[in-house]
This record gives sequence, structure tokens and C-alpha cells, in this order.
Amino acid sequence: MTAGRYDRVVTYAVLTVFAIGAIYPALSILSLALHTKSDLVTGFAFPTHPKLDSFRAAWDQADFATGFKSSFIVAAAVTAISAVLSIGTGYAFGTMRFRGDQLVFNVMLLGIIFPYEATVIPLYYDFQSFGILNTYWALILPQVGQSVAFGTFWMRAFFLSTPRGLTEAARIDGAGTFRVLTSVLLPQARPALLTMCALVFTYTWNEFLLALVLVSGAPDKQTAPLTLSFFAGATRAGDPTKVAAAAVLVAAPIVIVYIVLQRHFIRGMLAGAIKE
Amino acid sequence: MTKEGSRTRRSNRAPGEPRNVAWLYILPGLAFYALFTLAPLLHTLELSFFDWDGLTVGRYIGIDNYREAFSDPLVRDSFRHSAELVVFYAVIPVILGLLLTALLTRHPVRGFTFYRTALFLPQMIAGVVVAQAWVWIYADQGPLNELLRTIGLGSLAQPWLGSFTWALPAIGVIGTWVTYGLCMVLFVAGAQKIPTSLYDAARVDGAGAVREFFAVTLPGLRNEIVVAFVLTTINALRSFDIIYNTNQGGPGTQTYVPALYMYQNAFVYNRVGYASAIAVILAVAIFALAFLVVRFGGQEEA
Repeated sequence: MTAGRYDRVVTYAVLTVFAIGAIYPALSILSLALHTKSDLVTGFAFPTHPKLDSFRAAWDQADFATGFKSSFIVAAAVTAISAVLSIGTGYAFGTMRFRGDQLVFNVMLLGIIFPYEATVIPLYYDFQSFGILNTYWALILPQVGQSVAFGTFWMRAFFLSTPRGLTEAARIDGAGTFRVLTSVLLPQARPALLTMCALVFTYTWNEFLLALVLVSGAPDKQTAPLTLSFFAGATRAGDPTKVAAAAVLVAAPIVIVYIVLQRHFIRGMLAGAIKE
Repeated sequence: MTKEGSRTRRSNRAPGEPRNVAWLYILPGLAFYALFTLAPLLHTLELSFFDWDGLTVGRYIGIDNYREAFSDPLVRDSFRHSAELVVFYAVIPVILGLLLTALLTRHPVRGFTFYRTALFLPQMIAGVVVAQAWVWIYADQGPLNELLRTIGLGSLAQPWLGSFTWALPAIGVIGTWVTYGLCMVLFVAGAQKIPTSLYDAARVDGAGAVREFFAVTLPGLRNEIVVAFVLTTINALRSFDIIYNTNQGGPGTQTYVPALYMYQNAFVYNRVGYASAIAVILAVAIFALAFLVVRFGGQEEA
């Protein structure tokens, strides 16, 4: 029995080491951000007198008000549009049969592993000729295109899991496909939808390459990660505490939502991964 | 009242009968996907056959861009760096994840939910932010060098991301940090679905911890391992955010990766066709790897 207890202690110890390893870099940069340059921060400095000066300075100097506004607009639009579109595609793939369904579904699945690296060059030149380069649309449209691939896959899995009897009963009662969707199936879809929206919002908020290529010519359209990247490039050598504060600001909204909804996030990423 | 209801004849086909109304629900989503993902992808392929500076009229040059790419030492270096990064982003995290899972299946602990939240955190943080956090960790006065000085190894302290020897492994460690928690959570969740009767049977047969791991846990996690490899390998090949925001491929070209070199060709040197060829090669590499892992990792189940 003592051997068993000893093993258990080892297991906890190993788990704890890995868990601390996962959060240490985040805590470390938070600690740096709570100092100011004049503190001459080194490695393990602990913010015994935490100051918010660096946050204020970063917010004003890098114009994060604009970055956050852009990021919220783009992420909210991508999430809302792709959710509506994915409900439609997922509903069709999950509950109906039609010619070519397998083929179309597989083509859409490919989108999950498409890297933006493979599409960003023509997007830049095409959007330039459409006149939407350096607008929110330049970021919204391609990310809806990609998120719909994930969303289709995710909502299809949800619709496949709904009991068929329910749909059929409603249909026998004379409900059309749209009525079945809106009054029978969607009311049960809240958890699946919430998970999907949380993931799409996070991916969009965190996206960097598209923003760098498609809106870096318009300071008033830059997203928060792009603002951080430019600010870090210009400021790091001068004052790392401000860069740290800026980084914490960009991560904060997602990390807070993650902690509140962590069950949804993890369930989504695990289920999404496994069903692939 | 329902028109499509009266028209259906082959209603014995699951899940639901063939119905054209399905297209009504699919077309909007499919249109976005086709216009903004598929079409640009094909357009990249087309551009890769041209010599184009992005302004003047392009010139069709067949496969010359690919010929150049395959003999360009920087392209080769970039892909070699990516291959090294795969070790850090994929191989090491999968091994760490399996070790932890082996421990946890022998000695289940309470409160894994709490650990899970911590382990998963790196997945949620933007690459740009991750880059800033690690630039600090590797900085001259940063935690890593301070640690070395504290334990009397101060002679090893150095600017890691600027070192010709250590820059690439330093980037790799960032990748390991990003993905190991995902692997652990994925495997632990997968192991919970392995029937306990299999473990009981193994123990009755007198299998030790190691035998039990290789006979029960590892085969039971086949799917999860395949998924973990696909996700983490794609992460490794797409490491643009982190490299662009840490040392931009430096020092010299020590941490160049295909995505970075593609970006520079397209938007700094205005070699759009050449950049497109690199993008195509990268996309093909990602597809091929994903396909191989799924094919040879996931097959034997049937």
C-alpha cells in the first residue's frame, strides 16, 4: 500500500511540474508587465509593488483602442456569419442525403488543414483589385471561408447525434425542413453552437498572417495582434515592460473567456480533433 | 403541405431521403468556402507558373519557379529547419503525453480538470503573444539566463534567440511548450475510454507497467496519437507567427522556415510567382504528411 501511495505522489508531482510549465511563461510576462522600466527587472523579479503604468503607456502609445475595436469587429463578424452558414451546411450534411454529398463534404473537410500561407498571396492581389484591401472585409471574408470548413464538420456531427425520431415526428406533423431546423433541432444545439463560436472567435482573434498582409497598410484597421507585433518591434529594445503589458492586453480577453468556458473549449478541441 | 415529403420514394435510405432542398442549406456556406479558400488556392497554383513582380504583366515560365526552388539552398534550409521543428512540435510532445498517460492510467488522480485547464492554456494564446513571452524568457536578463546564473552555470548564459547554435532549438522549445499540453489532455481523455477489463486482463496475465502500456494503452490510443501528430506537425510547418515575432529567421538564416521565406519573396522582394511556388510546395508537404500519418497510423484497426 505504501508503494501505491508513493507512486501517486510521483504522479501528482509530475502533473504539477507540467502544469506549472504550461502557465509559467504567461505568469512571467504578467509579472514583467506589472513593473516599469525604472525597476530594472531581471529574471525572477516578483512585482511586490505591482504598477499599472506600463499597461497605461502601452494602451496609449500603441493605440490599442483601435486594435481592440478592429479585432472585436472582425472576430464577431466571422463568428456570427460562419455560425449561420455552418448551421445550414451541417444541417444538410447531417440529416439529408443528396447526390454528391460525400464528395462535397470531403472537399470542405480539406479546408480544416489548409494553411492561410497557401492562399494569402492571391488574396492580397485579388482584394487589391476589388478595392477591399485594408478594410475589415479583407479579414472577414477569408476567415469565414476557412471557419465554415470547421463549422460544417462540427455542426454535422451535432446534427448526426440528434435522434431521428424527433425530426420525423415533426415532419409527419407537417413541418417543413426549415421549421424542423428552427423549432426542433436548434433549441438543442446551444452547447454545440457555443463551443463552435468560442473556438472560431479565438482562432480569429489570434490570427496574425492575414492581418499582417491584408490590413497593415491601414493603421485604423489593424487588429490587436498586429498592433502588438508592430509595437514590440519598435519598443522592445527601449522598454520591455511596455511590450509585456501590450502582450498581456492582447491575450487577456481570450484567456478570461477560456477560464470561464474552459469545459467548452477543451471539449470542442478534443472532440473536433478526434472526429477528424 | 410538405412538397418534398410527397415526392420522396426511396425513403429507406438513411440518414434521410435524397433531397435537393439540401443544396439550399449548403450553397451559402459552400460559396464562401469556394470563393475565399478554394479559389485562392487554385490561384496560388496558377501564379506559381508565372514570373510576376505584382505590378507589371506577368510572364508564363512553366515550372521554372519550381526548378529554382528545388535548387535554392535557402528553400532547402527552410524545409530542413521545419523538419527539425517537427521533432520539437510533434515528436517530443507526443512522447511526453504518452509518459504522463502511462503514469495516470496506473495511478489515477483526482482533480485532473484543474490540471487540464493549465495544460491547455498555451493553445489559447495568440502566437504573437507567445513570441513576446518567450523573447523575455530567453532575454539577456530574462528568467532562463537568471536561472543559469543562480545555479552556477552563468557561463552558459547567452542571448539564446541570437545564437547560431541555439536559435532553432530555442524556437523548437517554444513549439514544445505550445503543443505538449494538448497531447497530454488528448491522450488522457482517450485512455479513459479504454475498457478497464483490458487492464484487468493484462494484470491477471501478470503484465508489468511497461508491458501493460505497450499491450493496452498504446494500441488503445492509436487514433489520438494520429490526431496529435497531424495537429502538431501542421503547427510546426506553419510556425510563421512565432518566428516572425521572435527573431525573423535570424541570426543570419538560421531559423528560416518556408512560410517566412514565402512571405519575404511575395511582399518584400516582389517575387510573387516564386513565392507562390514555395506556398504550393508547403501546402503539398502539409497534405502529404497529414495523409501519410492518417493512412499508416490509423489503418490497422479494420
